[in-house]
Amino acid sequence: MIDVVYFAWVRERIGKPRETIETGAETVAELVAELTVREARYEAAFADRSAIRVAVDQVLSDFDAPLSGVREVAFFPPMTGG
Amino acid sequence: MAVRVQSDPFDAGAELTVFSSSVSGAGAVVSFTGIVRGDNDLAALEIEHYQAMTTPAIEAIVAEASTRWSLSDALVIHRHGRLAVGEAIMMVVTAAPHRRAAFEAADFLMDYLKSRAPFWKKEIGPDGEMWVAAKGSDEDDLKRW
Repeated sequence: MIDVVYFAWVRERIGKPRETIETGAETVAELVAELTVREARYEAAFADRSAIRVAVDQVLSDFDAPLSGVREVAFFPPMTGG
Repeated sequence: MAVRVQSDPFDAGAELTVFSSSVSGAGAVVSFTGIVRGDNDLAALEIEHYQAMTTPAIEAIVAEASTRWSLSDALVIHRHGRLAVGEAIMMVVTAAPHRRAAFEAADFLMDYLKSRAPFWKKEIGPDGEMWVAAKGSDEDDLKRW
């Protein structure tokens, strides 16, 4: 079980801010592959992966990151703070 | 060193006064305040953030600044939620024995807050709502350090 959270337009395209997913994915990329075959809205949100950033357990990471022991994965567009 | 993430407005002048009076051993204090611009008939700015990550991410950026410059103290305030034109979005204050460290650390903090702190701005205007896209120059700014 892994908590997956979404922000900004990624959240809007998927239509929810968070969900808990039962997955056997070993990496973030495998999790995304599982999600995109699930429903069209995931495919739309993840269509351009270069436009999406990843955080694993609240630390910036990337699509190659392993999911072993991970509790929360976040997907969001490039940040616009400041 | 202090990091505050809040929806409430803050008084940048009052914050600077309190910060300056409590810091010791500093010969220089530099502050930057970011304000919502009223470009293109903007009505408001909606700032979303990743609550569980925001404060730790900013603290890590401040810690990195502290390893690069000799800082006496630093303060970062960043708001989230709905902000009207003219309101302060965020503030960075640095204190150091000498001015160059204070200026450079404040500049560094601003560059990293722009693209490494988990905030997303949405512009609310007369034609609807639009997410602000990150600029390529934001990433280039990080390469300065």
